[in-house]
Amino acid sequence: MKALTPRAGPTVAAVAVALPMLAVLAAIVHGAGGADPALWAHLTEHVLARVVANTAILVVGVVALAVALGTSLAWLTAACDFPGRGFFSWALYLPMAMPAYVLAFVAVATLDYAGAIPTALRAWFGADLAVPPIRSTAGVIAVLGFASYPYVYLMARGAFLTHGARVLEAAQSLGYGPWAGLVRVAIPLARPWLAGGAALVAMETLADFGAVSVFNYDTFTTAIYKAWYGLFSVETALALALLLLGFVAIALAAEQVARGRGRHTTADAGSRVPARLTLTGARGWIAFTFAGAVFACGFVLPGVALVRWALAVAPIDLDARYVSYILRTLSLAGMAAFACLALALVLGYANRLSSGVLPPLAARIATLGYAVPGTVLAVGVVTVLGGVDGAVRSLAGGEGLWLQGTVLALLLGYVARFLAVAYGPVQGGFARIRPALEDAARSLGLAPREILARLHLPLLGAGVGTALLLVFVDVMKEMPITLMTRPFGWDTLAVRVFEMTAEGEWQRASLPALAIVAAGLLPVALLTWRMERAARAA
Amino acid sequence: MSFLTVLQGRLAALAVMAGLMLAGPAQAAGEPLVVYTARKYQLVEELFQEYGRERGIEVKSVTDDGAPLIQRLTAEGANSPADVFISVDAGDLWRATQAGLLQPVKSPMLEKAIPAHLRDPEGHWFGLAVRARTIAYSTARVKPSDLSTYAALGDARWKGKLCLRTGKAVYNQSLVAMFINDMGEEAAERMVRAWIGNLAAEPFSNDTLMLKAIAAGQCDVGITNSYYLGRLQHEQKDFPVQIFWADQAGKGTHVNISGGGVAKHAKNRTEAVRFLEWLASPAIQQRFAAVNFEFPANAGTDPLPEVKAWGPFKPNTVNVGLIGKTQPAAVMLIDRAGWR
Repeated sequence: MKALTPRAGPTVAAVAVALPMLAVLAAIVHGAGGADPALWAHLTEHVLARVVANTAILVVGVVALAVALGTSLAWLTAACDFPGRGFFSWALYLPMAMPAYVLAFVAVATLDYAGAIPTALRAWFGADLAVPPIRSTAGVIAVLGFASYPYVYLMARGAFLTHGARVLEAAQSLGYGPWAGLVRVAIPLARPWLAGGAALVAMETLADFGAVSVFNYDTFTTAIYKAWYGLFSVETALALALLLLGFVAIALAAEQVARGRGRHTTADAGSRVPARLTLTGARGWIAFTFAGAVFACGFVLPGVALVRWALAVAPIDLDARYVSYILRTLSLAGMAAFACLALALVLGYANRLSSGVLPPLAARIATLGYAVPGTVLAVGVVTVLGGVDGAVRSLAGGEGLWLQGTVLALLLGYVARFLAVAYGPVQGGFARIRPALEDAARSLGLAPREILARLHLPLLGAGVGTALLLVFVDVMKEMPITLMTRPFGWDTLAVRVFEMTAEGEWQRASLPALAIVAAGLLPVALLTWRMERAARAA
Repeated sequence: MSFLTVLQGRLAALAVMAGLMLAGPAQAAGEPLVVYTARKYQLVEELFQEYGRERGIEVKSVTDDGAPLIQRLTAEGANSPADVFISVDAGDLWRATQAGLLQPVKSPMLEKAIPAHLRDPEGHWFGLAVRARTIAYSTARVKPSDLSTYAALGDARWKGKLCLRTGKAVYNQSLVAMFINDMGEEAAERMVRAWIGNLAAEPFSNDTLMLKAIAAGQCDVGITNSYYLGRLQHEQKDFPVQIFWADQAGKGTHVNISGGGVAKHAKNRTEAVRFLEWLASPAIQQRFAAVNFEFPANAGTDPLPEVKAWGPFKPNTVNVGLIGKTQPAAVMLIDRAGWR
């Protein structure tokens, strides 16, 4: 590092982190160049307008629902007091462990015309009873909204807890009640975190294939699959994915605006434990009902359905192999979480140290993978891995696959896909550290690396935990990259879910799906405990 | 497993490989057989392991959809470890052949066991199980005499009574591809548009949901792969939906295959051919098909009794490989007709 000027070091580090994704992007762009003009003409005439409109409606709807649920619940549990608040403050994280595709198939299997609930209603009220169809735009928005609100809840709650006391004091001194305090004071202050959560939800929605395909709701992702699987043109599929990335770039620019200008840093860390606003009487019970309804729809009811189905298939399907699936799943998720966190820290720190244009650009590129449908990214990843293996063979001689079919290849794929998930909280954490602290450390003669280790890492605490948890849970649920790049024998729980659902065996899929939820609960519980402890200490 | 362990494993493997190269060509027997399979784990794993035990070798497999497996084979190129590729759709086998990922196999045994329309004339792939895509009807509201052809499902009498799976499903794309081959693109599109006009509900994401909708009374008729109904009838003996063999007076019911071929760069070619022959042998054929309520491709083998109970039928015997060639045209037709 000594040979580099203080500005060059961070820039080089940031660009290096972005290199794998840059290579994947290059592979996608190169592949897209071979798109079939005749197919493209067909798509623009018959497919694109519809999927662009559908995708836009879906993203707007899901983000709106997730932000509404996540922000209001975070405010209720962070700044107010109502019956059951202590329970809900951690329970409302739990739906994070429920993959969207699992929620989708539970919803369709139980709420569609032939499902248990409409069937029971018809038996009760007569066969002509019209139940609103779950397989509709509203239905798919509801499912994705309930599956993804925890991202916003997590970010917003972190912000509200940190700002808590001051916000409440400010709101109270201005004579605001709890809701006016939320809208006029807390939300404006929490904007960067809300925008970060909303961006994660938007990108997750754009890249979703599992849930929308259960609903047969046509989006960009399903069009990409159709071009690849049906029209046999992976090149045209990649071109569609590039177009999607164009929309993502626009969305990210919008997020930049939504974050607002100016630096958001906390006031002193020594603020007192906030006095919560107590919601008394009916207001308290309304809050209880709202939180309870969200928890029930997002976790308890689908969980009960999963358990019932899993119990029916467990005698046939549950065996010792599940130990291996669970261990593989947890170890991959753990390795990927730490890899993503390490790179996110490098990226975040480089951006803090440098005021150049390259580090922010590198961060944008390195985190783009989250908005790319997993399967497209997987195509890019295997292409890059094939190129690397070819280069290694021509340099070092020999034959066989050096990188492809190893755990390292799989981890590279996860990093390309999930770095954004780790970067958001890390960046948010950095933003909350006052520059004055660094100036002080620097004036004491500490090197950048020492500042990172001794100042930033301790202060980043919650952001680091959030980053680890989000990547961990996302990797557990991930399918396409795992399927396409896993080594022999590295079957995970999500692979098993895929194999069952691909054959239409929804009930049998409940067993591995339930195992994903159960295994995901542990890290969610850990994080919750950490956050609550941090909140009490604040 | 850490990065270092992986690296050490790789280095060890390289050292072993170098040793083998010095020691001369390796023996084929004893080397593992590597299978890339779109036929999912729960349908194949037991048979794969049984073959491995019989031969004293390890059978390693990865599952995925057909298209990603083809992409993985492409990216791995000449260094791919894959010996055998198994798909659940003739279109994928056709495409893998076009992409130069399969090699021709000359096997008198396979040629005798598998009917000509269920295998590639040049031996790139062989059908191993047959699934019929035909009409399913509610036994409560429809008489078999009301039914005749696929095209007749577009008649006015089925207005608001037809259910279909999504046009994004490869099985529907194969079905439409067959119609394009048989009756031409215009007639096929008219037929599909008539179906869409008769739909009782938005298309379903899979056949099982659609069959349950017929059972629940949301619609009266639909088009399904035979085995999905087989599973539901197996779970519930009085499931109120039954199979009707379509187009028996015409060219016959549409069939597709789950089949396999030997990878172009197979490291264990002899074993791969032997494996396909084993899968095509009568005793194994029976089980290969039975686990999924399918029809064995080997004509000398009986399906499950409950599958046999659907009665004999005349399949469309145009080579299933033609489906792949026409599939892109079928997808575009489906888009034009608005089959979501």
